Amino acid sequence: MGSAREEVVIRAEGLGKRYQIGRSTAAYGTLRDTIADLAAAPIRALGRLRKARASSRQPRTIWALNDINLEVCQGEVLGVIGRNGAGKTTLLKILSRITEPSAGRVELRGRVGSLLEVGTGFHPELTGRENILLNGAILGMRRSEILRKFDEIVSFAEIGQFLDTPVKRYSSGMYVRLAFAVAAHLEPEILLIDEVLAVGDLAFQRRCLGKVGEAARGGRTVLFVSHNMAAVENLCTRCVLINGGQIVCDGSPTEVISAYVRSQEQQLKTGIDETARRSGSGRLVFTSFGVETIQGTAVPLVRSGEDVVLVFGYRKNGSAKVNNVDLGIAFYTEHGHPLTVLCSSYTGKTYSVDSTTGEFRCVIENLPLAAGRYVVGGRLLIGTEEADWPTDGVGLLEVERGDFFGTGHSGFDGHAPLLLDGHFLDLP
Amino acid sequence: MTGPKDLDQFVNDRKMVARPATVIVVEPQRGLMKIGFEEIFDFRELLFFLVWRDIKVRYKQTIIGVSWAILQPLLTMVVFTAVFGRLADLQGSGVPYAVFSLAGILPWTFFAQGFGQSSNSLVGSSHLITKVYFPRILIPTAAVLAGLVDLTISFLVLVGILAIFNIQLTLNALWLPVILVFIFVTTLAAGTWLSALNVRYRDVRYIVPFVVQIGMFVSPVIYSAQAMTAKLEAVGIPGWVYGLNPMVGVIESFRWTVLGAGEFPGSLVAVGGVVSLLGFFLGLVYFRQMERSFADVV
Repeated sequence: MGSAREEVVIRAEGLGKRYQIGRSTAAYGTLRDTIADLAAAPIRALGRLRKARASSRQPRTIWALNDINLEVCQGEVLGVIGRNGAGKTTLLKILSRITEPSAGRVELRGRVGSLLEVGTGFHPELTGRENILLNGAILGMRRSEILRKFDEIVSFAEIGQFLDTPVKRYSSGMYVRLAFAVAAHLEPEILLIDEVLAVGDLAFQRRCLGKVGEAARGGRTVLFVSHNMAAVENLCTRCVLINGGQIVCDGSPTEVISAYVRSQEQQLKTGIDETARRSGSGRLVFTSFGVETIQGTAVPLVRSGEDVVLVFGYRKNGSAKVNNVDLGIAFYTEHGHPLTVLCSSYTGKTYSVDSTTGEFRCVIENLPLAAGRYVVGGRLLIGTEEADWPTDGVGLLEVERGDFFGTGHSGFDGHAPLLLDGHFLDLP
Repeated sequence: MTGPKDLDQFVNDRKMVARPATVIVVEPQRGLMKIGFEEIFDFRELLFFLVWRDIKVRYKQTIIGVSWAILQPLLTMVVFTAVFGRLADLQGSGVPYAVFSLAGILPWTFFAQGFGQSSNSLVGSSHLITKVYFPRILIPTAAVLAGLVDLTISFLVLVGILAIFNIQLTLNALWLPVILVFIFVTTLAAGTWLSALNVRYRDVRYIVPFVVQIGMFVSPVIYSAQAMTAKLEAVGIPGWVYGLNPMVGVIESFRWTVLGAGEFPGSLVAVGGVVSLLGFFLGLVYFRQMERSFADVV
């Protein structure tokens, strides 16, 4: 920033994107939809959702992006942050011309390269060498450019002797590294990057981030969507916060990130309304729910495979100490489908509660939930007496793609919320 | 870190940035869009890679590989000859039926494969369409182009068969490149329409095999076009009506170039050519019109 002749390379005016929701997918039944529908059928029977469903019969529209005005100058590295579904990816898709805006216009000066996913267009039957060429071309590199950088890409990916092996035989780590390596050598004037650095091992991630930084120093303009606040803070010269399809905050990364974290904390920590529907004697009740890292910092969202701490605030009504308190935790999908239940008593732990207010903490190692939003339920038992059970759960858990398997593979991308690690034995 | 190489890179980067930048405007489309041949030309290298991928992948993990491109037309020819060879009125050109039918099978197979592959190509490439931008027309085009390899191989088979039957290629064969363009445009026209429709209406998946199956019987693959035009004229319909199916002109003109027998099927080719070109350009316009919503719908 701060150069005398700043040239605006991205100018968006009144940008909007409208999506039709409801009936659109029913038109052509794919197998996947059918299966998803079957799985959803029992839930639909729960009258609660029936109403929502009926209203979704008519096509409705939502504005995924609404009146976005944005100017980005050459050489800026703009971080784009916001919660899931805020419209970040939609913005990138419009800027990269994958989808067309419903309103407004964008002017882009220069060659645009987008990186919404690593390994776009990788063909499993083709070898590493062949996929480098193909993927490079798909990402918009010229043939001469790919050939010039070929050796660099190979050494960056560390795939050496597997260069001529079909990528379907690659380990997932190798696959991701190769995909990254090609992507990292993309050098358009404007580079749009979605949350692709979330996978891959840490060391490799760091090298990729380094590459992005290099690109920026080389005078390129970078738009960087990420949930990795540290990366945004380190790399970006400016940051915008998107919420509900609109830019709500624009400024220095430090400023915007702290605004974001504050808003998220508020959302998560306000916790449980006193008037929430709940059953139980009320001798001991939930007052809040939050998530922390293992180091004890409150976070707005977590990643699959992370060690997370669930924090349940409580209040004890009455002065007597209560013993034999059993904390039950349940995870539901956003649609209310139960996933699993964990009670502290299962693990052999019960609490004696003396102070009037406090927090229960439960550490979940290697969080086995796929990316998505989950409802966390909580139930407090004193012996066999139900003390508190908020019917609609105690809070939301927002999970981002992460490295559950430790291989960089983010797992099955679909409607399957639960991640399960297994040890596959060699053939005898 | 900052060796001479990095410095070099830096200078290069600067050069790249300093280059007069093209301005891309993204906004909602209004009215009919232009086809944008320049842009398609700009992405020619990607087209090359997509074709190359399709060719590379085509016979991966098969035992006999490319031999399929030889066996398929050859076996079809044998079966056709065994079944239809005796029916004298199927053709009137005097060439052996085996050669006659093979010269029909070749362009038909190219069409059937190219049409089938390209109409499914967009849906099959949804992972590309939703993740990266390039003119989508490259996808069905590449699917059709990849068929040229098979066509070339089977053409060599045809040349071999011609030699066996002691038939010489005549000067007519010089028209082959033109006929090739005709076949290509016809196939791509059909592929463009159906691939774009397939994105929105998955019915296409059921239409395509049906068209390919029936199409062979309404095109002069196992019989000659004359046999059909004669029948039409007998009931008072002018023969060129048959040419409204552009594959009639395609197959007949292909036969004429390689077999060198009979007259050039002028009216059939003219009618078919018009249908084909019209379908192609309208298809392109429709495709470009639809392509901006592909990523949202596919």
